[in-house]
Amino acid sequence: MFVIGERINGMFDDVKRAIQEHDPAPIQELARRQVAGGANALDINVGPASKDKLGTMQWLVEVSQEAVDVPLCLDTTNAEVMRAGLEACEGNAIINSTTGEEERMAAILPLAAEFNCPLIGLTIDAEGVPRDADGRMEIALRLVSACMEQGISISDLYIDAVILPVNALQQVPQEVLMTIRMCKALSDPPPNTIIGLSNVSQGTVYRELLNRTCLVMALANGLDAAIVDPLDDKLMEAAIAAEVLLNRNIYCDDFIKAYRK
Amino acid sequence: MPFTIPKERWTAQVQTTTIGAPEADGGTRTSTVTVGGEQTLPFLHFEGETPNPPVIAIEVLDEAPTGWPEPLLKHYQEVLGDPAAWAQKAVAEFGADMICLRLVSANPDGTNASADDCAETIQSVLKAVGVPLIIWGCGDDDKDNEIMPFCSQAAAGERCVLGSATQDNYKTICASALADGHLIVNESPLDINIQKQVNILVTDMGMDLNDIIMYQITGALGYGVEYAYSILERTRLAALGGDKMLQMPMLSIVGSEAWRVKEAWQSEEEAPEWGPLDKRGIMWEVATASLFLHAGTDILVMWHPEAVARLHDLIAELIASPQA
Repeated sequence: MFVIGERINGMFDDVKRAIQEHDPAPIQELARRQVAGGANALDINVGPASKDKLGTMQWLVEVSQEAVDVPLCLDTTNAEVMRAGLEACEGNAIINSTTGEEERMAAILPLAAEFNCPLIGLTIDAEGVPRDADGRMEIALRLVSACMEQGISISDLYIDAVILPVNALQQVPQEVLMTIRMCKALSDPPPNTIIGLSNVSQGTVYRELLNRTCLVMALANGLDAAIVDPLDDKLMEAAIAAEVLLNRNIYCDDFIKAYRK
Repeated sequence: MPFTIPKERWTAQVQTTTIGAPEADGGTRTSTVTVGGEQTLPFLHFEGETPNPPVIAIEVLDEAPTGWPEPLLKHYQEVLGDPAAWAQKAVAEFGADMICLRLVSANPDGTNASADDCAETIQSVLKAVGVPLIIWGCGDDDKDNEIMPFCSQAAAGERCVLGSATQDNYKTICASALADGHLIVNESPLDINIQKQVNILVTDMGMDLNDIIMYQITGALGYGVEYAYSILERTRLAALGGDKMLQMPMLSIVGSEAWRVKEAWQSEEEAPEWGPLDKRGIMWEVATASLFLHAGTDILVMWHPEAVARLHDLIAELIASPQA
């Protein structure tokens, strides 16, 4: 599983404070800890409160890449902020994200082509998040076609079937799981699949339990990548065990240690 | 309609490892061996590079073997019991890239040679040849733990490969290798899970991933070798897929396995339908070795000079085959 660490997000108080105080230390500490915890890439989100979104994005990119050497997953819906982030990135970047709306795709897809980087596509359109897997697949197909038209390799496309809080919409997780399965039949090679995991447990009491159970279920359905909290040891260990059980990693007695080495 | 060869996209490659230390690096080797670095399955040049061709180590025993068949014996007759001369002949006449010195004399059920005797043998072989050495104990855990620290020290700084670490016995050999700047062979009983576990155990002791060679106990052609092939191939697939704990180069022991089977040594009187004895063992060793080569082995440990020559030719041919 390709792990994208979610913690550098202005939504979290520690990150918000660091942004306000322009203090790189907490950001860099989070970057290092997430990579040590197993992150293959780091999500960078300026958060809702930031006033200078463009400048903040650039600053977060700059300070993060001083600390770690993994791809940065630039998390914004604003094409200008995205471009600023992409230009600030010295290493590899991942675009997070576009939706299936024509307008959004027209703004974001050319950036993926120009900067030659992977792209996350949310199964959302002008009417919002579809109710079921079929609706999600329609949008996924639209994303695949649009990428093909722009010359973006489908292996660089990550379809995010948009998981929603289980306490509000309990029927959604199974529709997302079905979408993850169905995506593999969309094209050859198929797009990758990803979820923004923590959304599933928003507002619930047993957040960590729901997160890791959902992740294991998604992996069993073929999930390739996830935006998660890599500092959650139990979550990471559940994912590592799931990948052994799915024969994606070779078993050995110390399989957790082997994965983390 | 034009045909396009489907290509696999691998995310990782086999580790590159250099064996033997020349004078500039604190040793006395006049040649070194670099193995690994493959970016694809063996010899699929259209998919990725094989920067370092597989190499052949000729095995040298530190005392005269018993029961060797004539076709093998005749090439080594005058050097048996003299490991330095044996090694010299293997390099000068038979083109060995490396020497695999096996300290059979240490076996407590046999000669029971002392640690000092073994250390002396190692020094004499190091003096006799300039190629890198693989130094292998006698196979008795307790005795090997007794002799290996001395053997390792006798070759300190030469960047030899010490064999072998197993799941139940790895600490002494690992500590010796770390202390004296050697690599180690991690051995597993034809089990990919145990191979991975041994690799973790030795890295926990501080062994660098680059200083490990993997070895699965295999058999010879006709004796379950298909299973060995599948284990080696699966290991290589895991390496190319990004499993760091299985990315080390692989070693296969061919000579002793091939010549152990009755097809290699049974007399023509006993088995006339099998054809001439002086060809059979060689063919068995060649077939077994080429099979491991195709499974991904980087180091072949061999016996018969003619089999070695055939494999050298085969490796050269496979490496030179059209690049895309």
